[in-house]
Amino acid sequence: MNFLLQLLNGLQIGSIYALVALGYTMVYGIALLINFAHGEIIMLGAYTTVFTIQLLLAQTDLPYFVAIIPTIVICTLIGIIIERLAYKPLRNSPRISNLITAIGVSLLLQNTMMKIFGAQARSVPSIFHAKPLDFFGAKISVTTVVTIAVTAVLTILLQLFIKKTKYGKAMTATSEDYGAAELVGISVDRTLTMTFAIGSALAGVASLLYVSAYPQAEPMMGSMLGIKAFTAAVVGGIGLIPGAVLGGLILGIVEALTRAFISSKLSDAIVFGLLILVLLIKPSGLLGEDRKEKV
Amino acid sequence: MMLEVSNLNVYYDNIHAIKDLSIEVEEGRIVCLIGANGAGKTTTLQSISGLLPVRSGEVSFKDQSIIKKKAHLITQMGIAQVPEGRRVFTNLTVLDNLRLGSFAIKDSNQNKEKEIKRIYDRFPILKERSAQRAGTLSGGEQQMLAIGRALMSRPKLLLLDEPSMGLSPIYVETIFEVIQDLIDEGVTILLVEQNANIALSISDYAYVLETGRIVKSGTAEELMNDTDVKVAYLGA
Repeated sequence: MNFLLQLLNGLQIGSIYALVALGYTMVYGIALLINFAHGEIIMLGAYTTVFTIQLLLAQTDLPYFVAIIPTIVICTLIGIIIERLAYKPLRNSPRISNLITAIGVSLLLQNTMMKIFGAQARSVPSIFHAKPLDFFGAKISVTTVVTIAVTAVLTILLQLFIKKTKYGKAMTATSEDYGAAELVGISVDRTLTMTFAIGSALAGVASLLYVSAYPQAEPMMGSMLGIKAFTAAVVGGIGLIPGAVLGGLILGIVEALTRAFISSKLSDAIVFGLLILVLLIKPSGLLGEDRKEKV
Repeated sequence: MMLEVSNLNVYYDNIHAIKDLSIEVEEGRIVCLIGANGAGKTTTLQSISGLLPVRSGEVSFKDQSIIKKKAHLITQMGIAQVPEGRRVFTNLTVLDNLRLGSFAIKDSNQNKEKEIKRIYDRFPILKERSAQRAGTLSGGEQQMLAIGRALMSRPKLLLLDEPSMGLSPIYVETIFEVIQDLIDEGVTILLVEQNANIALSISDYAYVLETGRIVKSGTAEELMNDTDVKVAYLGA
């Protein structure tokens, strides 16, 4: 029973890693850029959730999960602004410049938030407070169910968007060849903006789900979450949407199970050890192939 | 004038790749640009289509300057380029490649589907391969797809970059038959080719490009009978 419970916990945190990993992988697939500021978007999303609840929703009868709307909006806008101000001017620069800029943006956001709101963590009121559900004798929280379900639905919607719609196909085309995409009339600038927007919107959802499980917001929270999600994207095969989801879920489950049955102190070491192992055996990630299907 | 390029200068960093190049393409004509490898043919086409930044000079399309415009806007205005090396979207199906060809064109879906049908009539093999990923096609089939994709935007001016490159003689023949059909239908074409024989045989007018400079121009017939051209490009 405990095993089932831990498995579900793993699926829950794994779903959050997956949502964040999708943002890394989409941006990498199109821009070949590792957006190190992606974790900070989660952090900003978490603060948006906290403030929306404390300053607005607490005064009304609205349920707290309504905070998802401003959280998504803020995260999306910040993602677009970062792309426009920091990455777009470097479009034709060497990749190392982009990488360093990404790290710079990440530090800038962390430290700005620390300056404005202080380093101490802010607690987040409980967001989903329905009674736990009974699942084959195990009690599972509504937060767990919502997290897994929302991730599943968003992943399917994203995959449908990319495979079936005109703009999704334009993203695939752009990820293959900027020049050829421009020649058929696709604006590469607009496609990149759209990619950052979608990735950041998913980060917004992830941030609300994250603070539902770990009810705290603090300026550094995005960095470890970001690194783990990035690891998930690489384990699954960077640039691949199913890879990001698979990597996220595996990482979450491994983490939850080691924490419960081996050692909570060693869990991060084991998780990152797993990354090294996977990359030694399969450098392109679990789903990566020679024939790359990016985005 | 459909296309007018005057005193174009293009640089790759410090390398002066295109030097004071001026060419004209009249509506309904096919004009070719011949020259050796590295003469600047592709650079010229990419400067016209907006893929490369231009240092100085003017490019106008139907008397409208397009020099600072982005490539996707130039495509929307009615210039389509079939790029060197085909550059089809290998992870998308043949049909999706064609559909993306009309990405920026405001037209009804019915008309777009009609255009796809027309392209399938021109290249029946593409219809057979419709659901296949473009990366699985042979070089010749990819060239047909690249041309089909460009035609999807119903361009007024078609820029063709080395359509014969790397193809077996059978495919070269098929491709040039289609180019001849397009000419007969009144499409204006600017063709870049290393294969000067075949290019001159279907062109109205031609320019010879050497190390970034136009060294000779004239009707295709004049150039075919020009001693220098014969020796340098026609293998006579």
